[in-house]
Amino acid sequence: MAGTEEREAAFYAIIDADGRIEPRDDMPEAYRRTLVRQIAQHAHSEIIGMQPEGNWISRAPSLRRKAILLAKVQDEAGHGLYLYAAAETLGVSRDQLLELLHARKQKYSSIFNYPTLTWADVGAIGWLVDGAAITNQVPLTRCSYGPYARAMVRICKEESFHQRQGFEALLTLTRGTPAQKAMAQDALDRWWYPSLAMFGPPDTGEQASGGHTEQSMRWGIKRFTNDELRQRFVDMTVPQSQVLGLTIPDPDLRWNEERGHYDFTPPDYDELFRVIKGDGPCNAQRLAHRVAAHEDGAWVREAAAAYAAKKQEVAA
Amino acid sequence: MRDRYALALGDDALILAQRLGEWVARAPELEEDVALANIALDLLGQARSLLTYAGELEGAGRDEDALAYWRDDRDFRNVLLVELPGGDFAVTMARQLVFAAYQYELYDRLRASTDDTLAAVAGKAVKEVHYHRDHATQWVLRLGDGTDESHRRMAAGLETVWPYVDELFEPFDGADVDPAALREPWQAYVGAVLAEAGLEPPATGQHRTGGRRGLHTEHLGYLLAEMQHLHRSHPGATW
Repeated sequence: MAGTEEREAAFYAIIDADGRIEPRDDMPEAYRRTLVRQIAQHAHSEIIGMQPEGNWISRAPSLRRKAILLAKVQDEAGHGLYLYAAAETLGVSRDQLLELLHARKQKYSSIFNYPTLTWADVGAIGWLVDGAAITNQVPLTRCSYGPYARAMVRICKEESFHQRQGFEALLTLTRGTPAQKAMAQDALDRWWYPSLAMFGPPDTGEQASGGHTEQSMRWGIKRFTNDELRQRFVDMTVPQSQVLGLTIPDPDLRWNEERGHYDFTPPDYDELFRVIKGDGPCNAQRLAHRVAAHEDGAWVREAAAAYAAKKQEVAA
Repeated sequence: MRDRYALALGDDALILAQRLGEWVARAPELEEDVALANIALDLLGQARSLLTYAGELEGAGRDEDALAYWRDDRDFRNVLLVELPGGDFAVTMARQLVFAAYQYELYDRLRASTDDTLAAVAGKAVKEVHYHRDHATQWVLRLGDGTDESHRRMAAGLETVWPYVDELFEPFDGADVDPAALREPWQAYVGAVLAEAGLEPPATGQHRTGGRRGLHTEHLGYLLAEMQHLHRSHPGATW
């Protein structure tokens, strides 16, 4: 049995060689805890994220759009499944993680605490929210923890498909009737800043995230800082908004030749912190919905477990 | 005649897809969110093919969306079973078993239709419905033979849907497959599942009917109001 120092050295040797840590490898407890927290938060975001979009399945304005939306929400449930499975390789079960979510001890992306008020919001979520998610997640395909990195490869492929579908849905609206175009602009007006806030607090200044980024970068979990990713998202999205013919609600948005990037107004981080703490438009609703689904389904899960146990008894 | 048949089968699939979509993000476990969305998607795909074909046969220029969004409940031709509210998971699974077993026998025979389009739709759908039937079967077994509570709820679920069973097998003018011929194989399959699950077919004397003639339950109006309102709010718009 190797000593603690030797085991830590072996861990950092893998990290420094840009290798992958696998479930059976030794890892520092803080690394494991950070990953569990991050993967759980990601899994919870997938399943809570089913609600704002699922909100429009029954009302989708054409059968084709209904099919696309159903398939998308189904993919999100599937992403939740892979991510909970990735977390299980770190020794925590899906049930334990769901309990923590339901008890408000783990979080999910604050973006899903905003309401989907019109059909255009479904397109805006695909375009902006999935676009921001991809910007965050593509680097995670190179994350140092193997099972998470591999789950992200598959998830990113599907997210990128969703993002194109969202863009296409909005494009159809912006080329449609004046009412449809207004619906699309209104959705962009409401989703722009919350999407920018998806990258988390700024890297510097009073509101900076206290040290998480630096540690996660050392561990190869995170590859870029919040502000780097936010900038990348803005640079990617502005030209797309021009194709759509929509106006990003930021009077200070302009190309900065010197930096080679767009300058933009940052989101309201005080609002972000409020929503993270539970004070967003839909926090209570989303969690209550999730807890109700879980509680209403308890008798079904118990029946399935009892049935499986009976079958096992017969087989034994 | 055949346009009315395609429309009736398409309406069955569409309305059940709409009901199953209600489970998404509220299923008992994540695997069921995936499974029920998947089944809803299959049914929606069948509905789109069948409604498109019904519109072509009718020849009045109505496409799948015109038929789905611009008819009122008196013009829908689905059986009443599919429009009933989802209820608890046991009611949903009771309906799934009854309906998927019926649809399986139907599509299995419709593959041999002289109508190439209906035969092609059935050829694809029969594989999907085979899975739907299996999914429902597994759940009826688990719930019937799980806990006391699940057994009680599963029995109650069957009671809820049973008055709507006979309508599936009523004569339909111009049907490619005689509905009455499906009863026996349906009974054999469902009867065996219930027996294995320790459940009795409910001894109901009630027979609700009327859907094929546009005489629906009160539930359908609300379902359509929700499904159609956005599309109807923007006449002529493309989505």
